[in-house]
Formats: sequence, C-alpha cells, structure tokens
Amino acid sequence: MTSKTEPKRKFRVVGTRPIRHDGWDKVLGRAAYGADVKLPGLVHGAVLRSPHAHARIVKIDTAKAEKAPGVLAVMTAADMPVAASQVLDLGEEVTNATYASDRVMARAKAVYNGHPVAAVAAVDLNTALEALTLIDVVYEVLTPVVTIEQAMAPGAPLVHDDLVGDDIGERVEHTNVAEHIRYEVGDPEAGFAEASTIVELECRLSRAHQGYIEPQTATAFWSQDGKLTVWTSTQASFGQRDALAGVLMRPVSSIKVVPMEIGGGFGGKIGIYLEPLAAVLSRKCGRPVKLVMERRAVFDATGPAPGGIVRVKMGVDDKGLITAATADIRYGAGAYPGAQINPASVCVFASYRIANARVDGYDIVINLSKTSAYRAPGAPQATFATETVVDEICRRIGMDPAEFRLLNASKEGDRRVDGPAFPRIGNVEVVEAIKGSAHYRSKLGPASSPAKKRGRGMASGFWQGIGGKSTVTISVNNDGVVSLIEGSVDIGGTRASIAMQAAEVLGIAAEDVHPSVVDTDSIGHTDLTAGSRTTYATGAAAIKAAEQVVEEMKNRAALAWETDAGNVRFEDGVFSNAVAKGQRLTFKELSGKLGATGGQISTTGVVNLRGSGGGSFAAHLVDVEVDTETGKVEILRYTAAQDAGKAVHPAYVEGQMEGGAVQGIGWALNEEYVVGDDGVMQNASFLDYRMPTTLDVPTIETIIVEVPNERHPFGVRGIGETGIVPPMPAISNALRDALGVRLTELPMKPGRIMAALKAQAAS
Amino acid sequence: MHPFRYVAASSIDEAVAVLREHGARARCLAGGTDILVQLRGGRYELDALVDVKGVPEASAMRLGRAGLDIGAAVPCYRIYEDAKVAAAYPGIVDAASLIGGIQIQSRASLGGNLCNAAPSADGIGPLLVHDATVVIAGPTGTRTVPVDGFCTAPGSTVLDDDELVVSVHVPRPPTRFGAAYERFIPRNEMDIAIVGVASSLVLDRSGKRIESARIALASVAPTPIVASKAAASLIGEPPSEEAFRAAGEIAAGEASPIDDMRGTIDQRRDLVRVLTRRTLALAAQRASAGAAR
Ligand SMILES: Cc1cc2nc3c(=O)[nH]c(=O)nc-3n(C[C@H](O)[C@H](O)[C@H](O)COP(=O)(O)OP(=O)(O)OC[C@H]3O[C@@H](n4cnc5c(N)ncnc54)[C@H](O)[C@@H]3O)c2cc1C
Repeated sequence: MTSKTEPKRKFRVVGTRPIRHDGWDKVLGRAAYGADVKLPGLVHGAVLRSPHAHARIVKIDTAKAEKAPGVLAVMTAADMPVAASQVLDLGEEVTNATYASDRVMARAKAVYNGHPVAAVAAVDLNTALEALTLIDVVYEVLTPVVTIEQAMAPGAPLVHDDLVGDDIGERVEHTNVAEHIRYEVGDPEAGFAEASTIVELECRLSRAHQGYIEPQTATAFWSQDGKLTVWTSTQASFGQRDALAGVLMRPVSSIKVVPMEIGGGFGGKIGIYLEPLAAVLSRKCGRPVKLVMERRAVFDATGPAPGGIVRVKMGVDDKGLITAATADIRYGAGAYPGAQINPASVCVFASYRIANARVDGYDIVINLSKTSAYRAPGAPQATFATETVVDEICRRIGMDPAEFRLLNASKEGDRRVDGPAFPRIGNVEVVEAIKGSAHYRSKLGPASSPAKKRGRGMASGFWQGIGGKSTVTISVNNDGVVSLIEGSVDIGGTRASIAMQAAEVLGIAAEDVHPSVVDTDSIGHTDLTAGSRTTYATGAAAIKAAEQVVEEMKNRAALAWETDAGNVRFEDGVFSNAVAKGQRLTFKELSGKLGATGGQISTTGVVNLRGSGGGSFAAHLVDVEVDTETGKVEILRYTAAQDAGKAVHPAYVEGQMEGGAVQGIGWALNEEYVVGDDGVMQNASFLDYRMPTTLDVPTIETIIVEVPNERHPFGVRGIGETGIVPPMPAISNALRDALGVRLTELPMKPGRIMAALKAQAAS
Repeated sequence: MHPFRYVAASSIDEAVAVLREHGARARCLAGGTDILVQLRGGRYELDALVDVKGVPEASAMRLGRAGLDIGAAVPCYRIYEDAKVAAAYPGIVDAASLIGGIQIQSRASLGGNLCNAAPSADGIGPLLVHDATVVIAGPTGTRTVPVDGFCTAPGSTVLDDDELVVSVHVPRPPTRFGAAYERFIPRNEMDIAIVGVASSLVLDRSGKRIESARIALASVAPTPIVASKAAASLIGEPPSEEAFRAAGEIAAGEASPIDDMRGTIDQRRDLVRVLTRRTLALAAQRASAGAAR
C-alpha cells in the first residue's frame, strides 16, 4: 500500500526486487566474516576477564603465562597508553577515549563482570586459553551497584570515584548519575489542570541484547613500520579507526580498518572491544593476532540496550486531545556513561502533538557492561511507557486507539519536545494504513481452548535517524557495467539498495552495478552503518556520483556527435541528440566509446546530509492468545505499517520491518538479563537468554507507506530501526485487552503474567 | 581444553576396558549433545571419550512380546519414526520428539538423556511412568536396575566409573494403557523445561475407572521424581477432570522446586498442577482410544 496524494515519479529500478549482489557469496558460504581471516603467520589470542562486577585490581602476575611454551605475548592495561580524555563521536555512540580505553582493558578497577584484565597471544587457541589459567590476578572485591535504585541511593558505592555528573548544567561530584537532561515546552502543570483524564504509569525494563549471531572478532597486524591494519566485524570502519587512534594514541592515518562481512550488529558493533587488544598483542609479538569472543563474553562484556525505569504521565480533555505530558526516563548505562537518554527524550512523545510537555532523562552508571546502541537506541524503552499510557487513556475515555492517534498525531510543522519542527512525515498515514488493514477490520475470534484468552493491541513508534557523511566512487567500464566503491558496511542489503539508486540515475539494470565495500584507506570518509542512514545518505552519495557520470557521458556523446553538450539528452538510459534525429546511444553503447573520447570515466559523490529529513514513523497491530493457566503467550497475528519515504528495495524494507518486530517480540516476552546481587548475569547463553525462535513468531504482515522525504532526491527515508519501537507496548496493550491486567514490566514472561493474574484474582 | 583420547568402541568389552583404564576421567559418548557442550564449556576435564554408537547392543532397537528395548545410543528420531513404536509408546514419543529440535533429535539418545541425569531431562519422566529398567554392563557382566532411582543427584547416577548403559527396557504396556508427556517452556523449542510432567494410567474394562496410574515430575527436584501419592489418589477414581485436578494438587505438594533464573517456586508448583491435569487427561484419552482399537 502507498499513499495516494503524491504525484508519482516514474522509477525503473527503484521499487523493484532484484537479487542482492552479495547473495551468491552468502548463500554459498563464500562470504568472509571476521573469524574467517587467515594470514601468513597468524596467531591466536584469548582474553582473561574479571569474574567480579566491581573490584580493585591489586596485582596482576603474568610471569608464569609469559614463560609457558607456545605463548608469544601477554598484555595488560600497562601495555596500553593512558588515553587522553577526548570525545569520540562514533555516530550513534559518543564516548570518551579514556573510558573507551578503560572499557576494553581494566586499569585500576574492574567495573563489570567480564571486564578484560589481561590477554594472551599464542601459537594456537588452546595454548592461549591454557595460558590464561597461569595469570594470577589479586582482586579486592567491592560492593557492586547493580540497579538504578542502588546507584541513586544516598551514599551509594561509586562506580567511578572521579565521575563528575552534569545535572542540567550543574556540576555534581561523587555521583553515579552522569547526566540529567531536561526538555520542556509550554506549561505542563497548566496543561494537566485542563485535563479531564490523567493516566500515569511507571514501567520497568530489563536490559536486552541485540543477539547478533556472529560474535565480536578482531585480527590485527602491527607492522614494524608503525602501520596497523585491523580486520574486524564492524558497523563503523571509520569510527573504529578514529577510536583506535584515540585509545592507542596513534595518528589516524597509521591505522587501516578492513571491514569484513558482518553477521549482525543492530547497533552492537559500533564500538571497539577486541581491536585494541589484538593490536597491542600484535605489536608485542610481531605477528598478526586474531581474537574471537565467546558467547558468554558477548553477553557479559559487550553493549546491550539499557534497562531502566520510565514514568510517563499524560492528560487529555473531554474531546480526547492531549493537554500535557511528562516523562521521567532513567536508564542504566552500564559501567560508563552514555545510555542514549537524549534520543529517548526526543522519541518519547514524538508521535503526538503536545503543547505542554516536560522530559527528564537520567544517564546512570552501574556495574554492568557499558550499553550500546540497539536498533532505535533509547526509543523502545521510553515509548513502552508512552504507548501503554495512551492505551489506558483510550480505555478510560472509550476511544478507539487508532482514532485517538489520528486525533493527536504529530504532523508537519509540529514541534518535538526537544525543539525542532517536523518536516513532512508519515505519522498519520501509518495509523491510517493500520486502520485500513484487513487485520484491523478482522474479528479476533474465539480462543482455541477454555483456558485461553485473546486480545488485540496497537502501538505507534518513531525513530529519527541521522544523516552524515558518505562517499561513493563510480567507475564506468567499457562494457557498460559500473563499479561502485563504498565505505558503508552492508548489514541489511545496502549493497543492493545503494547500487539500485545509482542504476536508476544511469538508466541501467541493478545487476550492471557492481558494488564493493572497501577499507578505510580506499574510499573517502563514510559514517557508520547505523542510525537508519545508509540507504538514505550513502544512497544520496551514489546518486550524486551517478549524476556526474551522466554529465560526463553527455560530454562524450557530444564529442562523438560533434555537437554541443547542451544538445545531448539522456532519458530512460539512452543518450540522444536533440538536433540530429537518429543519433542515439544507450549507456552501454556509449560506454564502449569512452576510450576514444577521452578515456574511462570515474566520479566521486560526497554528501554530508544534515539530519534524516523527519524520520520514520510506524504503527503496529498485534493479536495474542494467552494460556491463563501457564502464562504462555502466542502471537496470533502481527501487522506492521511503516513510512519508508520511497522503498528502494521493498523486500529489504519488509525484512527490516519484520526483523524489528521479531526483536521487539523477544524483548516484550522473554529476553532479559537475569543479574544477581553480585552483578553477574546468570543467563549468558542463547539457551537461557530466550530470543524468539522461528516457532515463536507468526508471519509478520507488512504495509509499506510512502510519504516522500524532502531531503532525499528519490524521497527515501531510513527505515532500519523504527520497527523495534512499537512491539513491546503493542503486546502489553494486547495482553491488557485479553486479561484485563496491565503489565508494566518487561519482559512480560509467563511467570510475571501468572503473578499479575493472581494479584487480579486476589483483589 | 585438555586433550583427550577418543575411542570408537565396537563391543561392550572394549568400552568397559577403556572406562576401567581411565576411571572417572573417561566417559561415554552417545549423541554428544550434552557431553560435547559440557566439555567445550570447561565444566570438567577428561582423558578419554568412549564412543558407544558402534557397540551393536547400544545401537539396536527391538520391539518384541516383552516390550521395547532401546539401545542406549539410539537417537530420538529412530524412536518416533518407527510407526509401531510410536503407536505403542506415545508418552516416550512425546519426549523424543521435543528434545532440542530436528538436528538434536538426529543425534541425541534417551540413554544419554538418562545418564546426563539433569533434573529437567525430558526423556526420564516418560521412562518412569512406563516402569522402564536400565541394562548396565561392567567388568563383571550385566545388571538391571529400575529407571526409578537410577539418577541420584544432578549429573549423578548409580553407574560405577567402569560401567555403561547398554539399553533401556520398556515393558509392553497392558491394554487400556495411555501415557503422555508435556513440559512447559516459555518458547516453543530450544529450551529447558521449567516443569515437565509425564503421566500414565490404565483404565478398567469398563473404561470408567482408573486401575493404576503413574506420574513423574521433572525440574522440581534434584532428579526427575515419581509423584506416588498423586498417582495413588487416582486408583479406583473415574478418569475425570476433578480426579485429575486433585491429583495435580497432590503432585504439587510432592514437588520440591527451587527459585532460579528459569522459574520460581510458585510458578513451578502451579505448572505441576496444570501439567499433571493435562497429561492425565491426554493419557486417559489415549487409553480409551487404544482400547477402542
Ligand atoms: C540445542 C540443544 C537442545 C537440547 N534440548 C533438550 C531438550 O529439549 N530436552 C532435554 O531433555 N535435553 C535437551 N538437550 C540435552 C541433550 O540433547 C539430551 O540430554 C540428550 O538426550 C543427550 O543425549 P546424547 O546421546 O547426545 O548424550 P551424550 O552427550 O553423548 O551423553 C550424555 C551423558 O551421558 C553419558 N552417556 C552417554 N551414553 C552413555 C552410556 N551408554 N553409558 C553411560 N553413560 C553414557 C555421557 O558420558 C554424558 O555424561 C539439548 C541439548 C542441546 C545441545
């Protein structure tokens, strides 16, 4: 389904579903991932990790390990420079080099369970692992700060003695609250005074891991001439290069990052983990060193999404119009600041027009691994509270949830709570798409057994996305096929979606564009693959490069036809002479004449896009069936509608929408970090970290809505992230519908549902 | 990982000889779906692994007049893909077809499930309610013990270091017998039972009374256990919802669950109630359907 108001530009390639360029390699197992790197002289490393969530490192004795046969190098934080404090902006993640360094190798204190304290390189993995057991670490165990309440309690143990907090501009010492931000518009108190119905809910959420299949890995070779090459699985090759430069205190130009194929990231592969350790080990032993994380370490020591406590209060008048809303968002950042409270604050009320609103966000450090970006970082947790409050309001005032959303939807010109006014957006259109869907009009039907109950829920979601810098180089070969060189790691089909945009401009088939993702020495700066930016921004760079190709090709046709370049027309892939009928050359034909008209053509398109152009809205609808005797939830039917601006490759847009919904279903129902008082995660395996399997999710029905993005030549919006925002509240709302109880704590696992039903029966 | 010897034994004697040689530092390998994971996870070190899949008695499955003999290394798929076995032993098939997924079932054995002795093992409850016995071989010959009592603690059994399980014998069920196994997991596969319940019962000639019954519970005690009081409460009762509900209540009392990251005590007792009732109802349905045939 698409919006009908837009005068349609005719596309030839964009909007079709060609086979992805990397498909064969991936299907046939030829694609090379980080762990596949093989180099002459390669040796293997292993990392010793702290078993304590909070402990002073009294002493590390590596002497025995160093002498063990087969061991080539042993490192600790003493082998790393003390990184100067400087801001590292990795796109969706901003951190400080000192923290980034401390995070990858503990210096004075281990501040999370799984925190690296030493690493070994040896002739083989087993020798390296055995050598770890020879390293003697003396810890002075400290009381860990595990929950937000503990972290904020007066006199709480401090995760960092020297952390200086920022409380809306005020300096605060001796605190675990790294930052408190506030956004305010209008007069919330006056707005609540006008309300006839006010609902307030406090929601609690567990941290949740991205669950990518491929664990983190890094291979590094530090050559004697001071050049460092790192082969890794990353979403941000340039960001990693900059972070490595900051942490290793080396010039950026001495480092080359080679991004390998990536087995999932979802935001979790932006920061550095193993890369600096592999680099230092390589420097010490003079050989390339490979490190691969085990799953336990991936859970313990990489960056999941933060958990937290979110309180939202909203008031509406008798007509159902929102008069005021406030949000209090507290996220557990993990051991270093950076819990994405800003995007959370931006997104929490973005779906609604609210004249009077206030948002407080708190970035709180605790003794768990530092959190990272995870698909729409910060938005799902905050939106969970807003969308469940909206659902409660609809129930209290007896209004259809789609009608309520249409009545209160944010539109072009409306200001977000953080200030900016929306350009053209598809918020209304996605709600209308859900309202018009077969699913919305269908009946729930009776439950499949007397013990079961059914319910339906709806929720909205928003993610803003980013713009940023991208570079694309296009070279025209004399057979009419073009090579497209890009720096954007392909994590969700972007080789295809970017090549298709170039093909559209060049009037050739998608298959006639050969995309390659290259290392940081081989292309101009390109920001990370994240923030829903790649198809949008790198696509815009490809369009720019392709347009330059067309201009140059026109000059060549003019040369061949001995006419003015102004007379050469280019339409539907054919160059023609406006003043000489019959003079026509296809792109392919003209490509064959480049040698004779001045040589091969290659162009580079560079863009630096300010913002994403309004972001992408979604609305989801879900039907559930709950076994009231066990608390087990089955997702019966699921429909997701999202604004793609213009879907370049609709199958991959649908794939992103489905993937987001599935991850959201997992977070809603079962995924959680079960952490003891000792700060140790008890379920650090895919067996016990219960992500959905294929048997746990139905077919996700998708509706692509297309409200063009004014900032992109084809109207494209980034769509990768929004899909994970609505599922949790949609499912909570469906459970409320089925059971009459409101679940405000994630995950809504069977035991929690049963406890809620018992409490309901008791009252 | 500590290096170990791998021996593909082709006879019981050969397997026993290697076990003898290494004592507690050798173990058997059937499908490997427990032991390889545990070895790689560094749970323990071994000097030898004795593959018993090549031992003919451990890889045979035979359905005879006296019942069913399942070789200790027979993978689950062979049990449920055999139509005759599937018809006669639905409770065992319930378990064999839900352990892991298709890939796991093509390797995982009931013998391995039993010897791994997990409190949550899905294969043990059904064997208990079928009154199965275990054939054990050692240096001095073979002995047979009931499945009930075979597991002594999480990961421990009555086996001596130099003994192995050859096969499991499941007696031929009487007429009007039915059995069922159900477990509760939050997902639909690839999970460890928060609670598992196996039930079996025999109806009298009229089909209106329960002649005998057995109930076994998983994940609510250090080993899978028999809920004998709950089963006893059913004798002479009609196969009714009320009787099953009452049995579930008693079974919940026989359980001694713990709180852990997979579930709480309360949740586990509730699940024992529900699953006891549900498996009894299914067993009764199967018993009457079998009698009608
Ligand atoms: C992905 C996955 C999913 C799983 N899902 C389930 C599930 O749903 N339910 C469940 O109950 N289990 C599950 N398991 C555990 C495992 O698959 C089962 O316990 C299986 O039945 C073990 O059988 P095996 O043949 O692979 O045993 P092995 O791993 O070969 O052996 C298990 C243990 O028994 C010992 N042993 C094996 N054979 C003999 C013998 N003949 N004599 C003496 N000792 C012996 C071994 O030394 C070892 O200690 C799962 C495992 C995996 C990896």
